[in-house]
Amino acid sequence: MKIGVVTFPGSLDDRDAQRAVRLADATPVALWHGDHALQGVDAIVLPGGFSYGDYLRAGAIASHSPIMAEVIDAASKGMPVLGICNGFQMLAEARLLPGAHTRNGHQQFICRDQKMRVENASTDWTNGYAEGQEIVIPLKNADGRFVADAETITRIEGNGQVVFRYLDVNPNASINDIAGVANERGNVVGLMPHPEHATEPGFGPDTADAMRSGVDGLAFFTSAIAALQKV
Amino acid sequence: MPTIVVEVMPKAELLDPQGKAVAGALARLGKNEFSAVRIGKRFELTVDGPVDDALLAQVDELAADLFSNSVIEDVVSITVDDAR
Repeated sequence: MKIGVVTFPGSLDDRDAQRAVRLADATPVALWHGDHALQGVDAIVLPGGFSYGDYLRAGAIASHSPIMAEVIDAASKGMPVLGICNGFQMLAEARLLPGAHTRNGHQQFICRDQKMRVENASTDWTNGYAEGQEIVIPLKNADGRFVADAETITRIEGNGQVVFRYLDVNPNASINDIAGVANERGNVVGLMPHPEHATEPGFGPDTADAMRSGVDGLAFFTSAIAALQKV
Repeated sequence: MPTIVVEVMPKAELLDPQGKAVAGALARLGKNEFSAVRIGKRFELTVDGPVDDALLAQVDELAADLFSNSVIEDVVSITVDDAR
């Protein structure tokens, strides 16, 4: 199983995403924003960072980069695509996901271990969780406030397209505490927190058991593998 | 050389944290005449050749698809400045 991770100018977490793919027992494939080749991958991760310096709007310029034509095409045919943080912003800018992102309500960059609830455990990237499961993974962003018009919010809430909701703290003033959403089909998922940073004991969030032992993000990647094996 | 100017503003109903921060600074400076500030973007597109309808149609499209995101922003004006 090959999972591609696209590197853009300004990507920060592409290597961590590749590592997470490896820890989930799939083969990571490094993809390049300027190419038009998906190199036969079965799924794609758009990683976090500040592509193109976040100029214009976060993720906006990256959403028009050459490889995105192939990503949009593959996503429309059902390939699992995950956007993490800046990748989520790209998917929203590319209109593969509903809504958009603005500056955090409090105007600050924020970095914390974030608790959230899995609201939809049937997407290609969440089938390894239980519905309602509470997980903790790192969050770090400046432009993380999820917004959409009232009609869109009603529609995605009704369709089960709200996949993750912040718990305890809404770190960026997102509408309805929305942390992540999916497309209607459930193959494209985007979220602001970073599952790839919670996949290996010793490098994740603290848990009640031990420091940095949190691996709540690993099931994103094993979920995609399970979804692909089912096809 | 003609310049096409595109102006984009955050939607009125959305919180504009940047504008809010500036409004806070104005209040601290005692400039109480101003109750709110909103900050938008201005794009100046320099054109080498003539500005015709086909080019303006292209700019309309770019303004809607790239310069702004209709979920959070409105294109408020597209004007041609020939003076420069």
